[in-house]
Amino acid sequence: MLRLDTLVKQYKTGDLALKGIDLEIPDGQVMALIGPSGAGKSTLIRCVNRLVEPTSGKVSLNDMELTTLSQGRLRKARRRMGMIFQEYALVERLTVMENVLSGRLGYVSFWRSYFRKFPQSDIDEAFRLLARVGLDHMADKRADELSGGQRQRVGICRALIQDPELLLVDEPTASLDPKTSRQIMRLIRELCAERKLSAIINIHDVLLAQMFAERIVGLQLGEIVYDGPPDGLTPDVLTQIYGEEDWEATIETVDEEELEDDLVGEETAAGSD
Amino acid sequence: MPLDVKDGLKVWQRRDRNSQLAIWAVQFAAVAIFVYCWQLISDKTIWMFVTDAPRQAADMASRMMPPKWDYLSTLWIPVWDTIAIATLGTLMAIVMAFPIAFLAARNTTPSKTFIRPIALFIIVSSRSINSLLWALMLVTVIGPGVFAGVLAIGFRSIGFCAKLLYEAIEEIDETQVEAITATGANGPQILNYGIVPQILPAFAGISVFRWDINIRESTVLGLVGAGGIGLQLNASINTVTWTQVSVILLVILGTVIVSEWVSAKVRHAII
Repeated sequence: MLRLDTLVKQYKTGDLALKGIDLEIPDGQVMALIGPSGAGKSTLIRCVNRLVEPTSGKVSLNDMELTTLSQGRLRKARRRMGMIFQEYALVERLTVMENVLSGRLGYVSFWRSYFRKFPQSDIDEAFRLLARVGLDHMADKRADELSGGQRQRVGICRALIQDPELLLVDEPTASLDPKTSRQIMRLIRELCAERKLSAIINIHDVLLAQMFAERIVGLQLGEIVYDGPPDGLTPDVLTQIYGEEDWEATIETVDEEELEDDLVGEETAAGSD
Repeated sequence: MPLDVKDGLKVWQRRDRNSQLAIWAVQFAAVAIFVYCWQLISDKTIWMFVTDAPRQAADMASRMMPPKWDYLSTLWIPVWDTIAIATLGTLMAIVMAFPIAFLAARNTTPSKTFIRPIALFIIVSSRSINSLLWALMLVTVIGPGVFAGVLAIGFRSIGFCAKLLYEAIEEIDETQVEAITATGANGPQILNYGIVPQILPAFAGISVFRWDINIRESTVLGLVGAGGIGLQLNASINTVTWTQVSVILLVILGTVIVSEWVSAKVRHAII
């Protein structure tokens, strides 16, 4: 379980990005974090693995407090938290395989990683994951030769090979077309279910959030203004999160049946990209 | 206030009146200074020498002709020395510039207040002294010869390579570094996976570019006794054997063309 306790982040410029966030994410829960740009979504997930140092408050993962860890212990703790990025953040000039294996860096020594001598078990797992997302034939390609959807799949593999308990996902679909966005979101949700992972997914697209998350948290100016199920997002709630707009067209009641159909079609869809 | 309202009409201009006047004033001053300097130089010039120049040049060219081709056979070793000085000097420079660049780059330096200024000082002092001056000093310290040349080229190139490299390091995409950091990688691993792949093309390009420059610079090092083809050039000029000078100049021209071709090819292959 991930727990945030009155988490505050104030940047050097004086901007108060998070104003005392209290949040609990039980094991295995997929939570979408929505909110306007500048609401503090990115800051929040970066405070969890301390890519951004929180100003005050506590973050704990399974009763281990992350906020007070020394650098060495923090690196060990980061292995348990996989991160997926908006612009994929693959190392462009490395191969797909090297990118996936870089998820194991926290587990191997510097010289092993320098000479790319990863344990066979890691390599097996990398191939398994690449096959799972339909990219096993791409292992030797350089990351910059891949399409957006393929890159994000490699990013997902890199996060999963860490063998994490928690996924921190920062705008996974912001640079993808609508179809690929859905495929990627579906893949993330399925993998979370397979591996019993909890996830925080920052996402701009309210509809996607409703379709693929079991819980929605709305953030506005560093404060939680909504925390509840996807179908609780009424025009009033969205107005509260984002401001005045005509929200009727955005909200769709999630069609369970259609979702099931999508899940069946996923295997072929993943390979066809 | 570029936006102005005149008779209810919004008028937009690129600049308002004062900044436009200021720009004209600066342009006028620049032209005035240029004309004044022209006047000054023209007063100090002995025009007789200038009018005489074409005749002198023709005279020198005639003394260079025909090139003494059998002198070529004694030039191969000095040419080899020249290329060796440039190559070894460049190698020495990039080996030393690589760590210095990481110490100087804002995003990788261990300490902005102590180590970065030291690294920047090394870069500036290496760059501020021309290789010919480095050679002059080194010849006095370690005696004439190829080794002094290698060190001179090396010292001058450290700053050049380190400066361009640390600028490349500062321009990397930080999210790739973030992603590697998020996996729990340690410092050297982040360097190896997150940063080095991003600067490798720049690193290779800089090295080859500097090698190309160094071939040209090492051709004159012999003028101060630091080995290479410059030694022969100096000797030929001192003995006024212009037919040999012309051969040497042609050989230098050939070497430089070949080195430019090689460096262009290599850079094209890497990037």
